[in-house]
Amino acid sequence: MNSFTELFSIFRLRGNARREALTGLAFISIWIVGFVIFTVTPMIATLGFSFSNINLAQEQPLKFVGLQNYQAMVSDSQLQNALGVTLKYALLALPIGLALPLGVAMLLNNKYLRAKGFFRVMFYMPYVIPFVAGIFAWGSLLNPEQGWINQGLEALGVQNPPGWLNDPTWVYPSLVILGLWGIGSAVIINLAGLQGIPTELYDAAKVDGAGWWATLWNVTLPMMSPVIFYSLVLGIVGVFQYFLVPLVLTQGTGRPGGATMFFNLYLYKTFFTFQNMSYGAAQAWVLFLVILAFTVFLFWSSKYWVHYAGENR
Amino acid sequence: MQVKTANETITAQPLAVPARWARRLRDASKSFTVTFIIVVLLAAFLSPLLRITTNSFKTADQVAELGTPLYPAKPRTLTYNGVEYDIYKVPLADGIHELALYKKGRATSEFLDPANPSAPPLVWEGAWRSLDRAWEFAPTLSNYQKVWELLDYPRLMFNTIALAILSTIGVLFSNTLVAYGFARFRIPGKQFLFTIVIATIFLPEAVTLIPTYTFYVKLGWVGTWLPLLVPTFFANAYDIFLLRQFFLTIPREMDEAAMMDGAGPFQILRSVILPQAWPAIIAVGIFHFVYAWNDYFGPLIYLSTHPELQPIAVGLARFNSIYGNKPELTQAGTIMTLIVPVIIFIFTQKFFMQGVVITGVEK
Repeated sequence: MNSFTELFSIFRLRGNARREALTGLAFISIWIVGFVIFTVTPMIATLGFSFSNINLAQEQPLKFVGLQNYQAMVSDSQLQNALGVTLKYALLALPIGLALPLGVAMLLNNKYLRAKGFFRVMFYMPYVIPFVAGIFAWGSLLNPEQGWINQGLEALGVQNPPGWLNDPTWVYPSLVILGLWGIGSAVIINLAGLQGIPTELYDAAKVDGAGWWATLWNVTLPMMSPVIFYSLVLGIVGVFQYFLVPLVLTQGTGRPGGATMFFNLYLYKTFFTFQNMSYGAAQAWVLFLVILAFTVFLFWSSKYWVHYAGENR
Repeated sequence: MQVKTANETITAQPLAVPARWARRLRDASKSFTVTFIIVVLLAAFLSPLLRITTNSFKTADQVAELGTPLYPAKPRTLTYNGVEYDIYKVPLADGIHELALYKKGRATSEFLDPANPSAPPLVWEGAWRSLDRAWEFAPTLSNYQKVWELLDYPRLMFNTIALAILSTIGVLFSNTLVAYGFARFRIPGKQFLFTIVIATIFLPEAVTLIPTYTFYVKLGWVGTWLPLLVPTFFANAYDIFLLRQFFLTIPREMDEAAMMDGAGPFQILRSVILPQAWPAIIAVGIFHFVYAWNDYFGPLIYLSTHPELQPIAVGLARFNSIYGNKPELTQAGTIMTLIVPVIIFIFTQKFFMQGVVITGVEK
């Protein structure tokens, strides 16, 4: 059983069992205390703030304002723009974030590849580089005049290469490129997943005359579905909170033309720049509920598409 | 981790010699193709490193100018009789020669041969402006020297290392104890608690940020390291999970034997669990150290008015917003920021790889 009330049955234990439970709980209590102080209390406080007019300066008397902060969101065109920006980026970044590490891992797992260990380490290595440094390194490559990417495109005969970070459309692929050094961890996880697929399945596919696509579709992807599921959940949680890269890149201005004003960046500005605590709190709860809804939906849907080895479906 | 291939198991019977050679040749060419693709991908993946490394050793002039070599270089010159002459690549009948421009002219110019400058000047027909300069490899360290001072690098490094070490101590201390509690004790409702621990991974930081920040303001902690350090002493989901998974692989019989000898829970942790779990503990320590090194948002909001307390990631972003038009400086600063985690990684990559696999796959 996996329930909250079970915790209270500690009081019914006697003797050694009781002592063991209490000792264990004492160790875990370090986390419980932190969870109450740094998670539960602030979450409830955020919810409370969102129904009030609280502010750091508090010029007006503190009062309950009901759903006013939530209603404000409905007519806040900047906020809706920020939500649109986040969705646009998510539609591009999520598929790439799933497919690219899997693709690299499949290449690294290829039986014909030499020096596998070396390549594995090298693809992971940039993961430890501070993302701030990564932004400036890739940003240098994306420079429309001096960057290698546009110089390469011009050498290939492309007439008007994109303005990348200065262009309201190309800025999204640019942001994906700026985050490329973050794939290392996902590559290793995908690789470990691929190595866990029993070779008999590939042998059987070969005997059945399955080609590369059929094997990918019928063996690799189903067997990798737990890893894909894990990456998808963390990807969605991450993409809705995405804002640090635009914050560093444009100091939170949303350049070019609001195209990088992400939902979480808008939230950050509402609180830190405009000092509007209660409105920021309402946005934070909406963000939390949206992420919760996606996560719950994914966990619910997982029974239809995630295949766990050794489990009957 | 080695994967047996399908071919090895199926084609066991001996082949005729030419067939075997043909297969070997086919395998070698496949090997070459796959390895080549990966090398190209890796080169593209790491190319920003090459770009910023080379730029960081270039002079401002070279970075600003188009058509200069990719490597740090300066234009070659010839000093003859106390006068400096620029060297150009001059196409002559027998190929391109590097010659010093002695007398500029509209239609014809006179050149000296650097190998033999006292020889009579050579007259070349053509516009000297259409010629390319000759370059020589000349890295400069001046960008690093400037950034060292402008960025106040020693102080940023001190802050970063101190923050990373102190928070790593907090992380190791708290997570080891909590993971031990989850791995070794029968507690009613433990599974429920563990589910909550994992659920916090999916919790957006924004939903706790505003009251937490306000709370720290009221405590007078904003502008100090405390908001960055204190929470690390209360454990976190990733590290609890990683350590618990590892502790579970240690046979319980060893605890029980120690218990028979009268060892208490702390003694068992010290004498049974820790000696066996050190690879996982080192992994958590390095993970957190690098995480703390790279952390940006926490230090940004809590130390924004105290540059003298900031770590390097915040310092670099600030530096870039000021010196964004001097790429040779910002790129030297970028190298100075990423060099330490990269070196740490190179020496400890085995632990990294293990740690990633434990947290990522076993869920």
